[in-house]
Amino acid sequence: MTPEFPDEAVDGFPTPPQTFTDAEDRDIVIERAGESAHDDLREMYLDFNPEDRAQGIPPAREDAIDKWLDSVVTEDCLNVVAYHESDAVGHAMLVPDGLGSYELAIFVLRAYQGARIGTKLVRTLLGWGQQEGIEEVWLTVERWNDPAVRLYEKVGFETTDSQSFELEMGIRLA
Amino acid sequence: MHLLLGVGDPDDGLRALEATVSRARTTGDDLTVAVYSDGDPSLDDLAATVRDRLDTLEFDAAVERIEGDPGGTLVDLAERETIDRIVLPGGQRSPLGKIRLDRVTEFVLLNAPISVTLIR
Repeated sequence: MTPEFPDEAVDGFPTPPQTFTDAEDRDIVIERAGESAHDDLREMYLDFNPEDRAQGIPPAREDAIDKWLDSVVTEDCLNVVAYHESDAVGHAMLVPDGLGSYELAIFVLRAYQGARIGTKLVRTLLGWGQQEGIEEVWLTVERWNDPAVRLYEKVGFETTDSQSFELEMGIRLA
Repeated sequence: MHLLLGVGDPDDGLRALEATVSRARTTGDDLTVAVYSDGDPSLDDLAATVRDRLDTLEFDAAVERIEGDPGGTLVDLAERETIDRIVLPGGQRSPLGKIRLDRVTEFVLLNAPISVTLIR
């Protein structure tokens, strides 16, 4: 099904890199995925709480994590990673859907949730996307996942389809 | 055990058919294949493709054509034909890898009175 998008564009997002102190007083750096990103993210996803998986990702087994990372940490996708000291603690990505728009997803380690890292990750990723000329971004989220839905709404996403198990939300960047 | 497999497209649906046949051979399960279409390819074409594949696999299974609402009819068929389990393809992946279940799968999962297996 073709995703839909709001008419009004949302503006004013920061671009990577971003350095800030989270709600728990931890120094967090958000940067574009570099050469070590795949290895850093594998470590993060091996620690990932099963309850925080969404619609089958991230996968659970190490080989499946590697395969999935190979498919999203690529040249034509935009990936930002949140680091605390040298550990990856959050990851957000924009993946082209072949129809001109991009799908977004974000994952944050349990110990780093609720500290504004997710919001910052998504906003920084959208800023980079805007810089790259991306106009339309969509995502799906399980309808019971209130913290995620609230995060996306705060950033500027609007619900575009609420007919199925998952909500579909969209944002226009230009 | 009598299985009811739903096939609604030529890609996922036929992959599910091969997997189901291969398992039914081992377990000795009976199989009914219910074919439905959103119009591309047509119901006739898809049903013919399913029959061809069953011939190629040399597996004997009933093929039912669903003309109306696929979800509701699958559940109804399962009740009428004393089916023990409904089998469906496990959904498409979004560009970044999320599983997306289609309307038919959602409806069957929520409404079937028997076990439903999704093939991943």
